[in-house]
Amino acid sequence: MQMNREDLLQAYRRMRTIREFEERLHLEFATGEIPGFVHLYAGEEACAVGICMQLTDRDAIASTHRGHGHCLAKGVEVAGMMNEIYGRKSGLCGGKGGSMHIADLSKGMLGANGIVGGGPPLICGAALTAKVLKTGAVAVAFFGDGASNQGTTLESLNLASIWNLPAIFVCEDNGYAESTSSAYSVGGSQAGRAAGFGMPCHEVDGFDFFAVHDAAATAIARARAGEGPSMLHVRLSRYFGHFEGDATTYRAPGEVERLRAERDCIARFRKRVTEAALLDDADLDSADEAVTGEIEHAVADAKNAPLPSEADLLTDVYVAY
Amino acid sequence: MSKKSYRAAINEALRQEMRRDPTIVLMGEDIAGGAGAPGEQDAWGGPLGVTKGLLAEFGRERILDTPLSESAFIGAAAGAAATGLRPVAELMFVDFMGVCFDQIFNQAAKFRYMFGGRARTPMVIRTMYGAGLRAASQHSQSLYPIFTHIPGLKVALPSSPYEAKGLLIAAIRDDDPVIFFENKMLYDDEEEVPDEPYAIPFGEANLTREGDHATIVAFGRMVKLANAAADRLEKAGISCNVVDPRTTSPLDTGTILECVEDTGRLVIVDEASPRCNMAADISALVAQEAFGALKAPIQMVCPPHVPVPFAPNLEDLYVPSAERIEAAVRAVMAYKAREAA
Ligand SMILES: Cc1ncc(C[n+]2csc(CCOP(=O)(O)OP(=O)(O)O)c2C)c(N)n1
Ligand SMILES: [Mg+2]
Repeated sequence: MQMNREDLLQAYRRMRTIREFEERLHLEFATGEIPGFVHLYAGEEACAVGICMQLTDRDAIASTHRGHGHCLAKGVEVAGMMNEIYGRKSGLCGGKGGSMHIADLSKGMLGANGIVGGGPPLICGAALTAKVLKTGAVAVAFFGDGASNQGTTLESLNLASIWNLPAIFVCEDNGYAESTSSAYSVGGSQAGRAAGFGMPCHEVDGFDFFAVHDAAATAIARARAGEGPSMLHVRLSRYFGHFEGDATTYRAPGEVERLRAERDCIARFRKRVTEAALLDDADLDSADEAVTGEIEHAVADAKNAPLPSEADLLTDVYVAY
Repeated sequence: MSKKSYRAAINEALRQEMRRDPTIVLMGEDIAGGAGAPGEQDAWGGPLGVTKGLLAEFGRERILDTPLSESAFIGAAAGAAATGLRPVAELMFVDFMGVCFDQIFNQAAKFRYMFGGRARTPMVIRTMYGAGLRAASQHSQSLYPIFTHIPGLKVALPSSPYEAKGLLIAAIRDDDPVIFFENKMLYDDEEEVPDEPYAIPFGEANLTREGDHATIVAFGRMVKLANAAADRLEKAGISCNVVDPRTTSPLDTGTILECVEDTGRLVIVDEASPRCNMAADISALVAQEAFGALKAPIQMVCPPHVPVPFAPNLEDLYVPSAERIEAAVRAVMAYKAREAA
């Protein structure tokens, strides 16, 4: 699949936006100003962006507790997200959801999710809608290696298979569910599970944007052609703790530093596109600068934005009651 | 006797019971942590460190880190309990009951009855509940009324470190399935807790404070808030009973009714959603059994019928507060004044 200059720049800019967003939140969380639980996606950017940049607003995705990257990759506004994370009325969910529940249905983003394994069944539903209404849309479930062991996930693989749904199951295997390694928790293999349910599985190097992009292109084309679901097993790594505040003592000393230095998906992307003379450093540097400014602005804005009003506590429970 | 936190009291109860009874096993996600990982084993001891340190003494044979598969491991606890083990399973947040409830309410809860009294299912599910951590709608609920509703389950709500240790030991020794609700805002609270093991019997309320004018019945963390409100009211010359039922199933209806007979005024404080919660349940009990003693309508201090919001200012409005409890007591007192006038 060929990507033009504009696509490449957009991919870079989105990955950098996610990285900057998450690194900034890491710092801001430490000041105590951000309420609740925050799970950062830094390190895994190539996966969300490599897939979502091939989707339109009509295509649905379901995310996880580690949802900021999926949102940004799907085109959800930085400012609305930042305001939500700070619990402001101007947040995408009016401050009622927070980091773990950011959603933007107008962008086909069905929500981050506080329940591990909550997303895959919803994606069967979104894929069913596409199929029944013949919209040509596809639906993508992102889920972790931990979530791959949830009954809801395994049942969804089966349902998507027997209903031949235009669904794509993306297992983001970062090696850990909280502090528990996937080497311990996953019986068999993701590919074996996909095969067991009669769908193809692509083994993907999640540090390589282009590998993700190509595998996703194949799975999306298959789904759009009505040929059924696929799985992507993407190996990648998270740079921060499970949540902000996790001391990550279960990881090997130097594990993250080594990955950052040797395999980082954004550094690798930059190297590849500049060496192939597809983009030059000046293009990328100016993208970096723009992203930094955007995040800086969003944080400053969110810190000063008004809180929800008392009356908001009681609204939005039902459409009508 | 020494000062212990709620967290430490629970940890000590587990350790002492596991030493006593080799059939006790613990299971749950990251209850030790680090399984199969290259770094520290026992890295977490549960998400808030409650089970930390047990791995070193009991090993991975008895401290079982599970995959993220609640239906399977909660069901496994029920199956193991029915066949000779005494499992204590951790359902990290009670909100996650959604993915494993069948194993609890159709399986574990009903074995004894369906099998004509021939089964025993001595399992405990420890779980965190409650608002206040800014953890939003899917990590903050107070779902104990749902479990209380199910015949065959017992439900405990420890309100302090002393209560936590004694009720957990009773839960572990109990031969029926017990859901043990730990309030996530209480883990760092400290008080004097005996070093030796002791069990607090289920179905015996704790009258945490005695008074003449009104009775406050409160559950879990709300007991602390009710006592704070009662302190303030005392200074204004209004003295209250504060009843901590300790368990919602079985429920000590006798103590509640006696207190209502004595004071004639009842305020119930319940952190659960207001429809079909404990406050509604006890209101029905009192209306039926002590109607004649009431000098004022019962006041229920509960959250509104909405999910728990994320924004801190909204969450603070959502949870019952000492101020709201105080206002409710003043309202039942004022009602009497109006009648007399
Ligand atoms: C049903 C359910 N069980 C447990 C949890 C607690 N929890 C939140 S994230 C998580 C680990 C998820 O691991 P994984 O799916 O690999 O995603 P990752 O965090 O690695 O991105 C756990 C156990 C939850 N939120 N929901
Ligand atoms: Mg993972």
